[in-house]
Amino acid sequence: MKKKSINNHTILLLITVGLFIILYGAGYISYGVIETKGFEKLQTFLDILRTNAALICIACGMTCVMLTGGIDISVGSLVAMDCMILAVGMEYQEISPTLLVPFVLLIGIVFGAVMGYLIGYLDIQPFIVTMAGMFFARGMTAMICTDQVNIAKSNWFKDLAAIKVYMPFDIGAVVNKRGVKMVPYVNVAVLIALVVVILVFLMLRYTRTGRSMYAVGGSHTSAALMGLNVKRTKMITYILSSFLCSIGGICYCMNTMCGTTTQALGLEMKAISSAVIGGTLLTGGVGNVFGSFVGVLINGTIQSIVSFNADLTRLGGTVPNVVSAFLLFLFIMLQAVFAKLRERKQG
Amino acid sequence: MTFPGVKALQNVDFTLREGEIHALMGENGAGKSTLIKCLTGVNDFEQGEIHMDGKPIRNHSTLDAQKNGISTVYQEVNLCPNLSVAENLFIGREPLTKIGTISRKAMLNRARELMQKLDIQVDVAKTLDSYSIAIQQMIAIARAVDMDCKVLILDEPTSSLDDKEVEKLFILMRSLRDQGIGIIFVTHFLEQVYAVCDRITVLRNGQLVGEYQIADLPRLKLVAAMMGKDFDDLQSIKSKEDEAVSDELEIEARGLSHARKIKPFDLDIHKGEVLGLTGLLGSGRSELARCIYGADRAQTGTLKVGGKETTISAPIDAMRLGMGLLPDDRKAEGIVEDLSVRENIMLAMQSLKGVRAKIPMDKQMEITKKYIELLEIKTPSTETLVKQLSGGNQQKVIIARWLATDPDFLILDEPTRGIDVGTKTEIQKLVVELARQGKSVIFISSEIEEMLRTCNRLAVLRDGEKVGELTENLTQESVMKAIAGGERN
Repeated sequence: MKKKSINNHTILLLITVGLFIILYGAGYISYGVIETKGFEKLQTFLDILRTNAALICIACGMTCVMLTGGIDISVGSLVAMDCMILAVGMEYQEISPTLLVPFVLLIGIVFGAVMGYLIGYLDIQPFIVTMAGMFFARGMTAMICTDQVNIAKSNWFKDLAAIKVYMPFDIGAVVNKRGVKMVPYVNVAVLIALVVVILVFLMLRYTRTGRSMYAVGGSHTSAALMGLNVKRTKMITYILSSFLCSIGGICYCMNTMCGTTTQALGLEMKAISSAVIGGTLLTGGVGNVFGSFVGVLINGTIQSIVSFNADLTRLGGTVPNVVSAFLLFLFIMLQAVFAKLRERKQG
Repeated sequence: MTFPGVKALQNVDFTLREGEIHALMGENGAGKSTLIKCLTGVNDFEQGEIHMDGKPIRNHSTLDAQKNGISTVYQEVNLCPNLSVAENLFIGREPLTKIGTISRKAMLNRARELMQKLDIQVDVAKTLDSYSIAIQQMIAIARAVDMDCKVLILDEPTSSLDDKEVEKLFILMRSLRDQGIGIIFVTHFLEQVYAVCDRITVLRNGQLVGEYQIADLPRLKLVAAMMGKDFDDLQSIKSKEDEAVSDELEIEARGLSHARKIKPFDLDIHKGEVLGLTGLLGSGRSELARCIYGADRAQTGTLKVGGKETTISAPIDAMRLGMGLLPDDRKAEGIVEDLSVRENIMLAMQSLKGVRAKIPMDKQMEITKKYIELLEIKTPSTETLVKQLSGGNQQKVIIARWLATDPDFLILDEPTRGIDVGTKTEIQKLVVELARQGKSVIFISSEIEEMLRTCNRLAVLRDGEKVGELTENLTQESVMKAIAGGERN
């Protein structure tokens, strides 16, 4: 009956952080010290953040959903739809991003509200509802346009995406072969993602809505008996998830500067695995966004290590995927082993 | 309010006075739960009125009830195990800061104050599931008290508590009573009624039997009132003459153990014998039984069944050898709520025959009807979903499931927990009857009286170890001494 390991919520998180340091350390030593390929540079780490800024936002939303005991598999398709709307809007319709960006965010809210209503008030399985959402969004993407649309026309969105935000005080700066000083930088998407992490963290910890999400995931019936509005909480959660996903979609578009029908395929699974690695239980009630953030970093580090390995990248295609899957598997196993060991020690 | 087949509550009057603990008694299906559900707004009622402080009230939801000052604490604690104690106390009504966020500091302080006032010693910042069910229940009560409740309903709060925890709960109940709170106490434990209550209301078959002062209703009369008949004395279930214990061994276990759960033990069970496993909660009673049955695979030792050495690595092996296990957690491990009575009864037989062997429908009906009749299972039909039956009847369905496989050896883990006195007696009789037919039974119960009435022999467990056996001089005192052990008082 009793769920194990809930007792030590924080331990999973600590294990995750510890393993992340080991993983990153391994990459650092292999491709930074033994073979000097540049893994030791701060820019490598910031690149992980840069490529995964969208995933960070999405994983935050996913964490909230999983806290309530639900799941949202529509996020990848929603990102694709957002990107397509932005790209087609800017390129073909020549609508200003000043209108398009709020429009995309609004779509996220409406999209989440519809799914949240079905899940919260009509009590339909989240998996089924968000799967329908997934098919819908992917289908809509193709309906808008089946070609790849690149954002080429100049506007503030494009300029914003191109801004390099350099590290202050030249932290981690290196001088390259030609004697040019390179200061590590991130882009605006990373800043957005970090703000999202902090805001969602505060929301989950210090607002009634946030605590209700934990309560609903801990025990659905108890939460209702304690007078919480379970239905509304669920609906809000899915709205939040889709909204954060749309913010993620905008970040994603800043990186790719295009819209295609096959964009962000399987991104929902990356978001889920990041949350799980970060210590969020699929059964709900346990987890926090900081863990999911670290989870994204771990996924990103694995990808990065694979890309630094010349043998693997030469094989190309899906081989890196298999390797990162294997590493992910190993990681989850280690995490479980540590959790078990600790449990045994206590019990 | 009607449930399938039966009218759940008819024309019942119930009065609760300020500052009293009022026991609500009755067999399963007597209408206690329905009455409570009507009071707390879970169910709506067709006729009648509820007055509180002289004013008529009507609750349409538990929220309504809480606003009117009626709070309920259930057997299964309705709090969130993943949240801190303080949050469980204040969720939905947390103290807020000026900008509308939760002030965790104020919440912790208020929680500490509340716990101090009620003399519950917990660290309010820890998560709820770091505490025992007993403490969790007290926290649930504290939440109710803090929400200005005037009527506190405790629905079977003591079912999963040990004696010490029950005593703590009683102390809390008494202090609340002295503060003027009216408490409705529902329980199956007669001793507890007499230990803590001021007044008793008895229901039977959805009707009021009567309201009594505790002093006016001795135990036997209470049981008689609940059952509605002068039942044959509980003591006389087992008479020494018809004990049919043979010398032949059914089970012979040597050095069986399971790491961290049960230390190596030897155990013999004869044909036609009822062996009781006794000990405190968590002493390893269930674990020992599960080890024999293969639910937890034994890691050392040998096991002979019917004289032949065997290894049981999974429950299906045990079933093929003619064993059956009735687990203690009926809801989680026993019944399949969404299947019908018939399907639940056929389960074990089906898995024994293999999933592909179809048992003809008329055969299924025959078996089901036979056991419904034999065990007097109260169900409107063979196709009623099991979740619609009362607890006692659900238990009977699981017993029927095993009886249908015609086992030689049955393990009954807490078969009488959470069910009414009448059904308890019937189950005890059944156990004795099975033994008389030459079957062997392991019987586990927390109630020593019950063990004394049904068992031929008791094995005593303490802290995951079998520490002794009792055959002669089975009395409450001797058993309790054995359970407590020499070094403890």
